[in-house]
Amino acid sequence: MTSSSSISSAASDRSATNATSMIRMTEVTKRFGRSVAVEAVSLDVAAGESLALWGANGAGKTTLIRCALGLLGFEGSIAIGGHDVRHDGKAARLLIGYVPQELGFYDDLSLREAIAFFARLKGLGLPDVSPTLEQVGLLGHERKRIRELSGGMKQRLALAIALLGDPPILLLDEVTASLDAVGRDEFVGLLERLSGAGRTLLFASHRIEEVAALAGRVALLERGRILRVEPCARFVAELAHGAVLHLVMAAGVRETAIRSLRAGGFAAQMNGVGVLVPVLPEQKAVPFRLLAEARIPIDDFEVVSASHAAALASRTMEVRS
Amino acid sequence: MTALSSDSLAHTSPASAVRPRPTRRRAPGAWANIGSIAHRELRDAIRSRWFWLYTLSFAVLGLAVSFVSAAGTGASGLSGFGRTTAGLINLVLLVVPLMALTAGAASIASDRERGMLAYVLAQPVARYEVVLGKYFGLAGALLACLSLGLGGCALILASKGVRTSPSSLLWLTGLSFLLALAMLSVGLLISVLARKASVAVGTAIFTWLTLVFVSDLALMAGAIALRLRIETLFGLSLVNPLQVFKMWSLHAVDATLDVLGPAGLYAMDTYGDGVALLFAAVLALWITLPLALAVLLFARRSPV
Repeated sequence: MTSSSSISSAASDRSATNATSMIRMTEVTKRFGRSVAVEAVSLDVAAGESLALWGANGAGKTTLIRCALGLLGFEGSIAIGGHDVRHDGKAARLLIGYVPQELGFYDDLSLREAIAFFARLKGLGLPDVSPTLEQVGLLGHERKRIRELSGGMKQRLALAIALLGDPPILLLDEVTASLDAVGRDEFVGLLERLSGAGRTLLFASHRIEEVAALAGRVALLERGRILRVEPCARFVAELAHGAVLHLVMAAGVRETAIRSLRAGGFAAQMNGVGVLVPVLPEQKAVPFRLLAEARIPIDDFEVVSASHAAALASRTMEVRS
Repeated sequence: MTALSSDSLAHTSPASAVRPRPTRRRAPGAWANIGSIAHRELRDAIRSRWFWLYTLSFAVLGLAVSFVSAAGTGASGLSGFGRTTAGLINLVLLVVPLMALTAGAASIASDRERGMLAYVLAQPVARYEVVLGKYFGLAGALLACLSLGLGGCALILASKGVRTSPSSLLWLTGLSFLLALAMLSVGLLISVLARKASVAVGTAIFTWLTLVFVSDLALMAGAIALRLRIETLFGLSLVNPLQVFKMWSLHAVDATLDVLGPAGLYAMDTYGDGVALLFAAVLALWITLPLALAVLLFARRSPV
């Protein structure tokens, strides 16, 4: 099935700036010999929006991201911030910060040297690297060689490099796949804040907690085709058989609550007045127990339907934008 | 693992927190990117073991050849054509192509294998900038290696009282560098074509063997079996950049090609001193054509 997505109603009342398409894919097809990795994909990602590419291994997520970067040839067209990737690739990539699944790097370089090298490639001269390293929690490690870094630190370095020059778009390709649970939570938390800072986010993932935390919409891919594009909350609710807990609580405890819930295995997501927690029907009481153990008071709650969850997610996106 | 600090995150792009906006920066120019990549490649090479191994080997072998030749003939180092010059030319013929071919072959293929190539190309960089940046960076490393090797060799010879001719040494260094550039182009072409670094380096070594040994033997066999005319023989020898280097070096140091026999006499009779221009043109083609082909093919091939 060929599917063209439209901007969801969640973003319908955004400013004119936000409604601008930052990433536009039109009928993108990529073949490797006889096999078709991506077939006739059309997708628009608005400025400031966060879109997840969801699918199993081989669904075409990474291929689509590589096409957007101009790393792979393809049929159709892709424009980044209005720049055609094939004909104006440098200008297009100047708008992008890219974090791959696993960073292959020049191991002998120190963090400082690596950042300086990529800063020059981005036309930034020799910037002060300390703020960038601080941003991703690597301050104090700048003299370390890359070969001395753990997987999580390498991913943070990749994110630091991606953020050089403050690009308006982040492309992330299963960035937590090689991290352990703690590293994954920290990294997702960091990305959550960055996406909330108005950046356009296009990321590939097959982890529900990442998608729930970061995405406004989700594009479901299967065998290179987009099955549908839908608001994240609806997608999460569908995965959880339609049960989403909406927990209302004071603003000061929401982050702690999300951390506790995620530590307990729930893909908790911030929304305007509380927290959304997709749950399996037989697990509805567990989040309450976790929050009680963490001594986090809940002011109110409701078990919401899929459509209601989508509406709540829309409200969250409005707050973010 | 360092914990992420909320405070440190709070200052993330305060301007962009208000509303997203396209960047107004311009992508860096081609020469800026080529310079950045060349600089990194040069520094990477100088930090590597192969660079110092080749430099040291080159200096030690150069010294050995010079002393053995000088002792055998009573001649004085590089003061003119003799066994010393011939020995050094043969040393360059063996070592420099191997060094340049393998350095070029490993560069792009190993970056591709490590995932580094795709990561660099995901930045605002054009593909030809990557190839040229790597080429210039490695060329700088090879020049440094040759200068240190031959320079160190000359200094030690001078300190031991062996007279050396600076012009001969400079000619030899310069022509060795041109040979290195030509072989580096071929190495980069191999690197662009190969999917794996091991295959690229293997192909480079096979190419080296072909140029150093097989082509000479084939030429000799062909000359005898097919009774090749002398101009054909000279024309065929121009196909091999190593032969061109050898003939040009002999001509530069000795001003004749008599030592090459009938082919050398034919070349001098036909082209006179203009034969140097012919050699220069052939080496220029060997430098530019494989490099241009590498750039063209790299633009079409997937970096992943």
